[in-house]
Amino acid sequence: MKRSIRSPFIASESGTAQHINRLRIVLGVLLLAALGLVARAVDLQLMDHTFLSSQGDARYMRVQTITAHRGTITDRYGEPLAVSTPVDSVWANPQELTQVADRLPELAKALGRSTESLARRVSSNTEREFLYLARHLQPEKGARIKALGIPGVYLLREYRRYYPAGEVAGHLLGFTSIDDNGQEGLELAYDHWLAGENGAKRIIQDRYGRVVENLERVREVRPGKDLVLSIDLRIQYLAYRELKRALIEHRARAGSLVMLDVQTGEVLAMVNQPAFNPNDREQLEARRYRNRAVTDMFEPGSSIKPFVLAAALASGRYQPESTVDTSTGPLKYGRYTVSDKHPLGVIDLTTVLAKSSNVAMAKVALDIPREQLWQVLDAFGFGQVSTSGFPGESAGLLSHYSNWRPVAISSMSHGYSLSVTPLQLARGYAVLGAGGIERPITFLRAGAGANGIAGGIVNTGSGSGNSAGTRVLDADAAASLVRMLEAVVAPEGTGTQAALSGYRVAGKTGTAWKAVAGGYSQELYVATFAGLAPASRPRLACVVMIDEPRGKHYYGGEVAAPAFAAVMAGALRLLAVAPDDLPVQEPEDSTGVVRTAVAQLEAQQ
Amino acid sequence: MHLGNVNMQGSTTRRTLTYSARLLGRLHLDGPLLIGIGAIAMLGLLILYSSSGQNMGVARGQGYRLIMGLVALLTLAQVAPKYLRMAAPWLYGLGIVLLLVVEIVGDFGKGAQRWLDLGVIRFQPSEIMKLALPMLCAWYLHDRGLPPKPMTMLALLAFIIVPVGLVMVQPDLGTGLLIAASGFLLLFLAGLRWRIMLPLLAVAIVGTWFVSDFSRCTSVFHDYQCRRVQTLIDPTTDPLGAGYHTIQGTIAIGSGGVYGKGWMNGSQAQLEFLPERSTDFIFAVIGEEFGLLGLALLLGLYLFVIGRGLFMALQCQDTFARLLAGTLSLTFFVYVFVNAGMVSGLLPVVGVPLPLVSYGGTSMVTLMASFGILMSLHSHRKLIGS
Repeated sequence: MKRSIRSPFIASESGTAQHINRLRIVLGVLLLAALGLVARAVDLQLMDHTFLSSQGDARYMRVQTITAHRGTITDRYGEPLAVSTPVDSVWANPQELTQVADRLPELAKALGRSTESLARRVSSNTEREFLYLARHLQPEKGARIKALGIPGVYLLREYRRYYPAGEVAGHLLGFTSIDDNGQEGLELAYDHWLAGENGAKRIIQDRYGRVVENLERVREVRPGKDLVLSIDLRIQYLAYRELKRALIEHRARAGSLVMLDVQTGEVLAMVNQPAFNPNDREQLEARRYRNRAVTDMFEPGSSIKPFVLAAALASGRYQPESTVDTSTGPLKYGRYTVSDKHPLGVIDLTTVLAKSSNVAMAKVALDIPREQLWQVLDAFGFGQVSTSGFPGESAGLLSHYSNWRPVAISSMSHGYSLSVTPLQLARGYAVLGAGGIERPITFLRAGAGANGIAGGIVNTGSGSGNSAGTRVLDADAAASLVRMLEAVVAPEGTGTQAALSGYRVAGKTGTAWKAVAGGYSQELYVATFAGLAPASRPRLACVVMIDEPRGKHYYGGEVAAPAFAAVMAGALRLLAVAPDDLPVQEPEDSTGVVRTAVAQLEAQQ
Repeated sequence: MHLGNVNMQGSTTRRTLTYSARLLGRLHLDGPLLIGIGAIAMLGLLILYSSSGQNMGVARGQGYRLIMGLVALLTLAQVAPKYLRMAAPWLYGLGIVLLLVVEIVGDFGKGAQRWLDLGVIRFQPSEIMKLALPMLCAWYLHDRGLPPKPMTMLALLAFIIVPVGLVMVQPDLGTGLLIAASGFLLLFLAGLRWRIMLPLLAVAIVGTWFVSDFSRCTSVFHDYQCRRVQTLIDPTTDPLGAGYHTIQGTIAIGSGGVYGKGWMNGSQAQLEFLPERSTDFIFAVIGEEFGLLGLALLLGLYLFVIGRGLFMALQCQDTFARLLAGTLSLTFFVYVFVNAGMVSGLLPVVGVPLPLVSYGGTSMVTLMASFGILMSLHSHRKLIGS
């Protein structure tokens, strides 16, 4: 018998005790292996303990961001316009959820989707541990889903921006990104004010990211501050409705409406068409979310005329009663001709405005020093961005007088060769209405400091007076112009459809050809109406701009004036502005009322 | 009075002990082994309750399985070794047939198939093989002259390779390796010559090393063959998966330190960072919650059980009994070592549960059955001499 095969596990004749080589080997290996395990345990638990402990902590200890609440935007009376509301997103761990497949129908019903699509979504993601089932649900709905108590289904708290006014204030407010940063509009302009500062806390979480315990606050959250706008939501709604109606009626491409408070420079309403709903991210295309009233410029046509006449009055060479002879006929500058629709003969400046004579305007503009004309237009804010701070605001176009040639001056006199934004035009009329005092344009409510607005970013010259404006035109000249503009709305004028019952209105129509490649189109128009009311003591300035009306009518007096009248009438009533044209004296006034009624009937025909 | 009392108590205790020993003897049970197994199983239940997140259902399920195992142990301990010996070839045959059935059903079901559903119970036929293979080999060697002749050895090799191959194609690398280990342990105990054993061992080690790396493997074999090997080594075929398991295992053990974080306080386990924490990786939970002391205690209990098993094997009187008892004890140790080594990062990750502690599987019943056989082999001795 060879030694090598002796084993105590073989019952041999030689007995059990002697040949124990194999037993020794077995026991030796066994002890060695056991020692190896112990050595490994000592290695891990004594030598590497500190390192592995920190590694372990790193797995469940997390610093978690606490999202700061974004400030609310309200209108001037506190009506919410942009609100951050807590929402719940539902997520699932498919690995857990697949084990309770019998509860999927219940869950699908609560989520409002079909069981098949839910089952497919879960079963095609079984290797994942985090899967969104629904995002941004209302908390009640989230609570209902949580109450089902289905294993593997969890909620995540997020904030979502809601815009209660939807389309109506969409352009003004803009919108935020998914990370709650302002992207457009006032959300962008006042982002640093609205956005808070995120806090942080140390938490213990499990492998699936569920928070097991809150340990400590690392950094406090600073919530964003609220913003009170100058907007009057009631007027804003009205403006939205009337502008949209005008656009549909005249099959126009686009349109804007701006209403300013003459006495404070506040923007009370600003709407555009086409509009977009900031609650619906699918509508976010630049064509729709651009705030045209601020970003788009156009050649204003005749609505610029009051400012040219303001220069004429300021020059001292003209008085409201001064006359101009238009019987000389059209003025020719090479290919360019300035003409009137009907020969008007010798007319005074009031009639020039009322009949909107281009020839007379050109003559006046060429007669006054070009430097003076430029200074007045510049002082009224044309060619400059306003103080509104609205993102992407356009400055318009007003070239320097040193570059002006007679053809440019004569075309400028009736609103070509220069471009304005609807906001700029409204500001110009507001300055006229304020007796020649220019007040900074603002989207924030004047004197809103008490509502949490720091002086730094708002309307510093605020307060009810906002009198810190600068005089840009002599008060008498301004008053004269307002008076002259009343003639435009009078029965013989071009803007009769802007007339209101109970209030005197001063305004000006504008109908401009659109510049196209190689000159001016004879078919595309921009129709405007800009005006003030009540004319005796102007409170509101409003501009309606309708781009490319394609219906039967295209004149500013026919397309834009009715919308102006509707919005202005509503706004005056809402703001409780005292009427200045009430029928007090029976004889004259009854005819006045009849006159207005007739004019309105004619307008409707 | 006082003294008398103590004496009385002492004699009572002695009488109780004697009575218990006699009862155990009549039931063919082994007291020390039973105590060792019981201690490990109780510790296991304690850990399982914690690792499952205080889930009483899990602990209860494991309790039922423990009772089933005890029944198997009690039953098998009553069966005389000669009947076990007679049953060995039949059991082995049944095991092979079931493995084939599973393979065929699995082919129809287009997937890995390990389970056999008999309606009443589901079990893995490979578990039968853990017992049947060493029994068959011991039976085969029992009547033949020892040391085994080369032809006998070849036959034994064939006995081993067939079931191991069938289990590995399931694919279940872990169980396959364990069955192979039990076969070769028996060959070793039977006196396999070094000059045969050493080259075999060398070939096995070099071969495993060679095919374990995919790029190395593809230099000789076809891609699909190597991919097959990879799925054997790592069933999830996710290279990060196995690494993740090992890292989490070492972190859990290491962060436990000497004294541990306390029962139900293991953050890695309780916060579910430790994968398979109630099954294959429960060893790490013990390390985290009870520390080095807990691991030492557990290893000590295991060594006690194995030591007792070997001691009992040496007391057996015939070749069948000795070989089988020795093999079963050593296989038990291999289970412990492979699982602990895998969890603590010494060995690659293969799905092997920690015996008597890990949750689920039929392995609990199989293990208890093997202890029953061990007790039967030991207790049915002819008393020689005194």
